Amino acid sequence: MMSDDNTIGAMALTELPDRKGFLKPHRIILMAIAAVLVFCAAWFMRWDWLPEYGWRLAQGVGVTLLMLFSTCILGFLFAVPLGLVQVTGPWPLKMLARGFCTIIRGTPLLLQLWLLYYGLGSLFPQFPAIRQSFLWPYLREAWPYGVAALTMSFAAYEGEVMRGAFAGVPAGELEAGRAYGMSRWTVFRRIWLPRAIHRALPTLNGETVLQLKATPLVATITVIDVYAVVSKIRQMTYLTYEPLLLLALIYLCLTAILVVAFRALENKIPTRGA
Amino acid sequence: MAADTASLINWSLLALEPPGWGGVLLAGLLNSIKIAIGGYSLGLILGTGGAFGKLYGGPVLKDLLEVYTTLVRAVPELVLILLLYYAGTDLLNQLMTAIGYGPVDISGLAAGIFVIGIVQGAYSTEVLRGAIKAVPAGQIEAARAFGMSPGQIMRRVTLPAMLPHAIPGLSNLWLISTKDTALLAVVGFSELTLVTRQAAGSTKAYLLFFCAAGALYLALTLVSNVIIRLIEARARRGMAAPA
Repeated sequence: MMSDDNTIGAMALTELPDRKGFLKPHRIILMAIAAVLVFCAAWFMRWDWLPEYGWRLAQGVGVTLLMLFSTCILGFLFAVPLGLVQVTGPWPLKMLARGFCTIIRGTPLLLQLWLLYYGLGSLFPQFPAIRQSFLWPYLREAWPYGVAALTMSFAAYEGEVMRGAFAGVPAGELEAGRAYGMSRWTVFRRIWLPRAIHRALPTLNGETVLQLKATPLVATITVIDVYAVVSKIRQMTYLTYEPLLLLALIYLCLTAILVVAFRALENKIPTRGA
Repeated sequence: MAADTASLINWSLLALEPPGWGGVLLAGLLNSIKIAIGGYSLGLILGTGGAFGKLYGGPVLKDLLEVYTTLVRAVPELVLILLLYYAGTDLLNQLMTAIGYGPVDISGLAAGIFVIGIVQGAYSTEVLRGAIKAVPAGQIEAARAFGMSPGQIMRRVTLPAMLPHAIPGLSNLWLISTKDTALLAVVGFSELTLVTRQAAGSTKAYLLFFCAAGALYLALTLVSNVIIRLIEARARRGMAAPA
């Protein structure tokens, strides 16, 4: 679709509010109201469980971040060939890559996750070869299925972005590389890939935030990320809102950190005319 | 091995009549579509209001809308759906009790539409805001110079002129809302993903049912894509083809 960039921006926070001219008279009043709300939340709601579960929450955040970064990096490694094949590959590979992207993008992530965990997870034990292989101790756990589903999802969405990025690199630059006598591989390594990644970088920010927003789904297949820890707290303490509000706050902070980090990264890479 | 695969796939499980689960799956799909349409429509209404408020509203309204879209864009849908689901039903019940009706039973459908609508509202606010900003300012100024009221300008100029810019983003949002309905499985609403899991759990044919549900979702997406292409062609008639 032509405006994927806009949609990503509409769904994922990619910019923090401007700091310049932030303090206007009405904002001071709004902030005072917000402060009163926060004070009420802190005073009238129950937070005595916080010290008891603090360490587990921190561990949960660690699992969430581990899931996020491992699946983003793995997914990006898959996305590069997926995008490349769709631009320049032979037609069977092209159809295969396009079919993969269509199927993954056309079905809910939750369904894919459950398909892998319950479906494959119930199929694997029937094969003695798998039960005796060295992979079996891992296949009995939940996290490999979560990592696989999130990686495939990221690869499909980012593969579509990379397809556009590869197709958008001016042909003249590639021809210039060929004219210098570079081999096809050298052209790809020195010109095509770096230019495509450069073009895809702005959407990468949004995609990473979207991936962070997708990670709590792994809690439904018993991976203990921060969402699962909060669900556990809610069961133990019979509290409805407090743990959920804390969870929203945690995700808000994680997103803000991601946005700031990407902004710093983008500023480091020189862009002509910007 | 041939006998093995035949016993692995028991197609009669997908039959429409009760020993098979096909009818249950289709009912779940219908529920999903209902919520997607309802939530998407509610989101469009919220989004139109939000976009106009963000562009033309007063400073306080602008800031409040900014907080709304920032929160929804930064917090996972799953967390938002849980929060809104509990908070929304709780608040409504307290309100009804305060009025004197006593607690009411809120249907899962209404609650689902409400939570998907709030989430979609923030997304479409951003999409529509971008589309409205793409309308040349001169056109709106010309309408104002003709003496049209703000409502007339919106109805006659802004909305029709922004539509071609908004349709790609809005169609993406429609596809997202059909997939977001799956998240309601976590709060126990029996839409397609949850009934699939129940069917799979009680028959132990996990792969078959999850693949069947995937095919249904995929069919929904592909049919939507065809319709979107038709709408897009109509909205872009008379314009130069996009480069």
